[in-house]
Amino acid sequence: MAEAAAPAVSRGEAGLIPLAVEALGFVAGGKQILADISFTLSDRSCTVILGPNGAGKSVLLRLLHGLLAPTGGSIRWGRLTPAQARRRQGMVFQHPVMLRRSALANLRHTLAVRKTPRSQRHGLAANALAMAGLETHAHQPARTLSGGEQQRLAIARAWMLAPEVLLLDEPTSNLDPAATGAIERLVAEVKAHGTRIIMTTHDIGQARRLASDVLFLHQGQLLEHTAAAHFFAGPATRAADSFIRGELLT
Amino acid sequence: MNDFSAAFAMAAQLVLSLDPELVEIVLLSLYVSLSSVALAALFGLPLGASIGMLRFPGRRAVIVMMNALMGLPPVVVGLVVYMLLSRAGPLGEFGLLFTPTAMIIAQFILVAPIVSALSRQVVEDLHEEYGEHLRSLDAGPLDSIATLLWDGRFRLLTAVLAGFGRAIAEVGAVLIVGGNILHHTRVMTTTIALETSKGNLALALALGMILIVLAAAVNATANILAGRAERQHG
Repeated sequence: MAEAAAPAVSRGEAGLIPLAVEALGFVAGGKQILADISFTLSDRSCTVILGPNGAGKSVLLRLLHGLLAPTGGSIRWGRLTPAQARRRQGMVFQHPVMLRRSALANLRHTLAVRKTPRSQRHGLAANALAMAGLETHAHQPARTLSGGEQQRLAIARAWMLAPEVLLLDEPTSNLDPAATGAIERLVAEVKAHGTRIIMTTHDIGQARRLASDVLFLHQGQLLEHTAAAHFFAGPATRAADSFIRGELLT
Repeated sequence: MNDFSAAFAMAAQLVLSLDPELVEIVLLSLYVSLSSVALAALFGLPLGASIGMLRFPGRRAVIVMMNALMGLPPVVVGLVVYMLLSRAGPLGEFGLLFTPTAMIIAQFILVAPIVSALSRQVVEDLHEEYGEHLRSLDAGPLDSIATLLWDGRFRLLTAVLAGFGRAIAEVGAVLIVGGNILHHTRVMTTTIALETSKGNLALALALGMILIVLAAAVNATANILAGRAERQHG
């Protein structure tokens, strides 16, 4: 409760941060996916939700973005309503949704849907293409881009709207190291522009490289929430310790 | 067999010489069917897209009904439109019975369910894929429908062409509400029926050939477009 009244760290006096999640639960098809998740995110710059497959990471991200409704507990982004909050966030899905049009038209579509003034659309789209390193692919059908290129386009597309918070769901799953490196550099650049990152991954190396703090999720429970350095130096739970050492968690 | 070859020869001659009566009939057929399909697309694409995208109580029942309407018997549609438009009917004052407009109305009723039902399926599949992205962008219903219709454009065109196939080949409805009046409401299918019964096989066969070529051309176009879309956009 106290966090909600704390001064907002993001742009303007009514930002998304702090994010306060309390006793969050989610049940689907009679199965408890998430149970009793509570945490507060204030000013750390890149939160990584870490955990093995099936831990509930993607569901947590969708709940935070308002695509799913909690079956218990609450999520509060600053003092904003869920609808206001979503407009200030960008979301990139694990399998990025590429419209059946060119890379450039994908960007233009997003700007048009968000009613960006026409005079600004060209510049914003061009910037986003450059940021994704896809200038030469502007007119290529987006769905024929490689997996890494699609992911970069999706990140640039979300970033183009200047979100306060960017949510990324497993942005590098199924990508080779070179493509993964390109995505991580892009995420770092987005972060450098002042956008707060919340991302999921099951890749420990990636979490080490990007995280400022870690939420460790296992079997729908939040086991740890600590600064990254602290987490990797000595996790407090046995499950996290096993996970970091590369053992299989079941 | 002799009948056949003689009829074929005459038919070929009618087609090649662009016989004025033949041309008039073909043009009227195209006018009626293209008009009804255009109207059905204007009505059916947004309707199908809305039903494909939105979730509301009774949706399942609406879909079942829409699918059932795809199989409406043309003669029954013709009969109902006839009763509506005939002098004693509720729309009698407009004097539309036995006009091309009446034929367009009847074909619209036959084609609209096809376009609606097929586009509902196309849009629903696409929405499955795009739904979260559109919600993430906070896209309103109109923006979402526009996005889905545009991105489904090639498959939707196939739905519209299926409707055209139904319209151009249909005989029962246009015969009843059009009356098969020479130079006025005589189209390819009604002419074929009439000329065959009169024993004038050449004209019937010539029109039959054109009808088949048109239907094949429509199918080929649909296939080519769908194939091209697949290659271009994945």
